[in-house]
Order: sequence, then structure tokens, then C-alpha cells
Amino acid sequence: MSDAGGSDKAEAVIVARNRRPDVLRRLPLGRLIAVLVVLVFPLVARPFQVDMACQIFLACIGSLSLALLTGIAGQISLGHAGLLAAGAFSVAILYQEFHLPFWVTIPVAAVTGALFGFCFGLPSLRLRGLYLAISTLALHFVVVYFGGEYEAMRSYSSGIVIDPPSLFGHALQDGGAWYFVLLLAAALAYLLCRNLLQSSTGRAWCALRTNETVAETLGIPIARYKLLAFVISSSMTAVAGALFAYFRGFVSVEAFSLYLSIQYIAMIIIGGMGSLRGALLGAAFVILMPYGIEGAVLSIPGSDQYAGGIFALIYATFGAVMIGFLMFEPLGLVGIWDRLIAKYSRHRPDRGIEP
Amino acid sequence: MQIAVNIVVLASIYALISCGYVLIYRVSRVLNLAHGELMLLGAYLLLATSSRITPNPIVAILLAALLSVIVGILVYLLLMRKMTGESVLAAVLTTIAFGIFLRGLMTLIWSPQQFDVARLIGIANPALEIIPGARISLMSATLVVVTVIVYAVLFIFLRITRWGMRMRAAGQNPLLAAQRGIELHVVYAIAWCLSTFTGSAAGMLIAMDSRLDTTMVIIGLKAFPAALVGGLDSLLGAIFGSLIIAAAEVWVIQTINPLLADVVPFLVLIAMLLIRPWGLFGTREVLDRV
Repeated sequence: MSDAGGSDKAEAVIVARNRRPDVLRRLPLGRLIAVLVVLVFPLVARPFQVDMACQIFLACIGSLSLALLTGIAGQISLGHAGLLAAGAFSVAILYQEFHLPFWVTIPVAAVTGALFGFCFGLPSLRLRGLYLAISTLALHFVVVYFGGEYEAMRSYSSGIVIDPPSLFGHALQDGGAWYFVLLLAAALAYLLCRNLLQSSTGRAWCALRTNETVAETLGIPIARYKLLAFVISSSMTAVAGALFAYFRGFVSVEAFSLYLSIQYIAMIIIGGMGSLRGALLGAAFVILMPYGIEGAVLSIPGSDQYAGGIFALIYATFGAVMIGFLMFEPLGLVGIWDRLIAKYSRHRPDRGIEP
Repeated sequence: MQIAVNIVVLASIYALISCGYVLIYRVSRVLNLAHGELMLLGAYLLLATSSRITPNPIVAILLAALLSVIVGILVYLLLMRKMTGESVLAAVLTTIAFGIFLRGLMTLIWSPQQFDVARLIGIANPALEIIPGARISLMSATLVVVTVIVYAVLFIFLRITRWGMRMRAAGQNPLLAAQRGIELHVVYAIAWCLSTFTGSAAGMLIAMDSRLDTTMVIIGLKAFPAALVGGLDSLLGAIFGSLIIAAAEVWVIQTINPLLADVVPFLVLIAMLLIRPWGLFGTREVLDRV
């Protein structure tokens, strides 16, 4: 029985391999066009569109790190906003108190994030699933409280202003410049995550997510890999928070509400759990959706008077979209995308969906 | 004395809310993070029934309670029936998403402005001096009494009645319970409707005691540590957890920093998770049900 199954599988692999060159031949062209579009975009787009793209890149870093932790390693975190706040506030405090340049503050933010990740991860050694989610939620409130305390103590009642960082002698203020900086950061984050996934670390994380007990019997040191997942993910998140602080030039605890954590969770749900491409797609979707709704509502004539209610509409739509994906499309946008590719590509490759 | 009264009132608020978390978790192992929003919905339903349907406050309250029970059943039938039994993550995330949806919808319908509910529906809320030197508002006193009644009824219901026993059985082992012919969907639906009923009762009373706006959700969220500290599947635990959280919060407000009040429940929660994650009265096995 097992022999027959094995040879079937081997055959399938061979068939798949034979198909691959065809796919490869088509792909580079698509990728080339994509790269060109991304590079030319800031030159032709309007400033607010460039700003939107910048937000997407920032969100990508955050969603990739959450995908790593929750989607790949299976550790639920509801405290993502707390970690972003940790990064942003490390920058704000270092800048305000010591006037340090960005090449000091961002690494410090990364280290702070790692430390916080360690603290967030400690409960995961004893707790699983639900309880872990709760402890990260609790830590979020604690971090945000201390941020608020700092603001109150130094009487920055409305927030902390940060001057744009200077790069090679000139200040990074222009949207186009930020576009490329954040694009680079997001690309680096993606490459880091992809390499981690293809290493033994990534495989250990997958094992951890699938079944902790089995992973342990396979000789994977669970505690170490759990903490590692928290440390790496939190460090990345804190860097995203730090970049956010510089990008906006302004830090305030109000920006890091529980709703932000939920938005990041929405990104990986909508994009597709456990998939890095999904995290990117989800980030773009979640950032663009409010603009889409706002545009749609305002395009209806006579809707100006309801403009105040748009944010409520965005909340409600958000919840509805998340529920829709959770219930009807757990694989997310990536799942839809792969199914479309499978449907319309000539060869109809295996229906299995790659993580 | 005043401090003791404050603690009892706050503990009753938390206890009345947290029994909703406990009921659903105990019966179906789903953590309902939309409970705060459902509580808020109860308060808004009262606003709607009193302004649209009847000026009589008692009838309006009863009508709102009835509506909230219907909402609870609908939430189970339309949403959670599909998610119960799925992974912990998926179920919790669904409730979070539902909470966001509900909050948006409520803000859309009732606008984010603040309402003085007691005045709108015509109920006086005088401060009573029960013992010399300690004051309590009428609504707070009502809330304490309602909490005591709700817990007494729930204990009796779960201990003695047929459906109460079925609910406990379903919570202990859903497979065996189903094998014995217990209709799990009915049991879960009852849990959801009891939970939204108690939650919305809390929401209405809090809204009548102070004001009503969407920031009230935070009270619902702060009641959650109370449920967990006591043990997520223990009603008795919820009472003790509420007392502990309320005492800690009032003490911190009095002695250290009022700003810390919103964080204290979560600090207690973290401490509890590190020492005894299953809570004071919770069953330990829940930890292994991942």
C-alpha cells in the first residue's frame, strides 16, 4: 500500500518538475513588469498615492512579522500594536531625551523589540493557544500605559514630534524618498522571512504550529524556538514602529490602540494565514480598504453630511470582511489567487496550495 | 466604608459581565471577545426601545432584554455555530471580528455621542446613604442586587434543572454528551442567550448609572481578567476574580495613580497567568485543550 502511494507521489513530483520550466519561462516577464511598475510608480503617482504606498510598505513589515509568529509558528499574538508602540516610543524617547540620530535609534528599537518579544514570549512557555493570546493582549495594555505615562510625565499631551532623519546630509522629507526607503525595508523584511522559512528554523516553527507534542518528540527544543519566534517577530515589529515614528514625524499612544492589533490580525487573515505573500496582500488590502470605502461613500451625491459616520462604516465593513474570510475563505486572498491561477493556467498544476 | 462600597459595586459590575464569558467558555470552549460589544448593544437597545416603542421604563427594559436574548441566539445560529469546534484561534478571531463589526454598526446607528440614559428614559438615580458615611447610587444598588440574583439563579439552573445539567455535561465532554442524545446546538444556543442576557443587563444598568457611549466597551474588556483570574470555567471563580480585580483597582486609584486603573486588571491577569494559568477555581485540563 505504502509503496504504491509512494511511487504515485514520486510520479507526481516528476510530473510537476517537468511542468516547471514552462512556468518559469512565463514568470520572469510578469515579475519584470511588476518591478518596473513599483519603481516608476512614485514618479507618476500623485503625492497622496505615494503616501498610501508608503503606508502599505510599513504595514507589510508589521504583517510579515505577525505572519511569522502567528501564521508560521502558530503563536497567537493580540499585542502587535504594543510592540509597534514599543518601537515608536524607543525612537521618540531617544530622540527627545538624547537627540540621537536614526542609525542609533533604529537598532536600539530593534533591541527593545527583541527584549519585549522575550517578555511577551515567556508566557508562551507555559501557556498555549487561548491563554497566550490573552497574555499578549494584557501586555499590550501595559506597554501602551507606559507610553502614555511618558507622554504625561514629559507633558507632551498631544504626542511627541520627531524631526525627519537626515540621510547623506539631506533630510528625508519628500514622499518619493520615503517610498524607496520603505520599499527597501519591506523588501528586506520579506527576504529575511523567506530565508527563515526555508531554513531549519522555519521548519521547526511549522512543526511547532502543527503539533507541539510531536515537534518535541522529534527533538525540536520547543522553548527555544518559541522564544526565537517571539524575539525575531517582535524585533521586526519594533523596527516597523520606529520607521512609522520617523515617517509620520509624530508619536502618540492614541495611534496604538487595540484596533491596530486587530487590523494586523485582519491582514494575515484576509491575506491568508501562514503565507508570506498573503501577509503582503493582506497589508495592501487592509490599508487600501478604508480609502476605497471613503471614496465610494463620498462619490454618492449628497453624502457629505454623513462624512462623520464613515469611520464607523469602515469598522463595520472591516468586521464583516474578516468574518467572511474566516468563515468562507480560510486560505485568504492567496487561496483565491492560487485557485484562479490553477483555473486559468494551461496546465492546471496540483490543486494543493503552497504555504 | 465608602471604599468597601465602591469595591462591592465595581465587583458586581465585573461579576455580572464576566459570568457571560464563563458561561460560553464553560459550555463550548469558545472565548467570546465580543462580549463587551454585546453588553454595549444591550444598553443601546434600551435606548431604542425607550425612545421608539414605549415611554414606560420597566417595559422598555424588559423589551430590550428580550431583544438582546434574540440577538444572542442569532449570533450563535448565524455565526458561531459554524465556528464552534474549529480551532481556538479561528473561533476567537471570529468573535474579535464580530466585535469590531458590532461596534461599527452601533456607532453608525446611534452616533458616537454620549447619552444620559437615566434621564432619557425618566428614571431617577439618587444617591442613597445606606450606612453612615457610605453612599451608593440607586442604580449601583440595583446592580448589586441584580448580580446576586443572576448568580443565584445560574447556580440553581446549572445544578438542578435538566437543561442546566445538559449544559454542564456538554462542557465536560461534548462527544459523550452528544452520544447521550443531548442536542449540543440547543445547549450552545442557550449558553449564548444567557450570556448576552446577563451582559446586556449589565450594559443597561451601567448606562443608567453613568452615561452611555462606545467607550463603555473597555469595561467589558476589563471584566475579562476577572473571569480568567477566577478560572474561565468556574462561576464561583468569577465572583472571587471580580472581587480581587475590583479591590486591586480601587486600591490603586486611592493610593497610587488613577490613570493606572485601566491597566491594573491586566497586570493582575499577567501575574495570574504566570502563577496559575487555569485560575483560582478553574479546571486544570483546559490547558491541554489546545
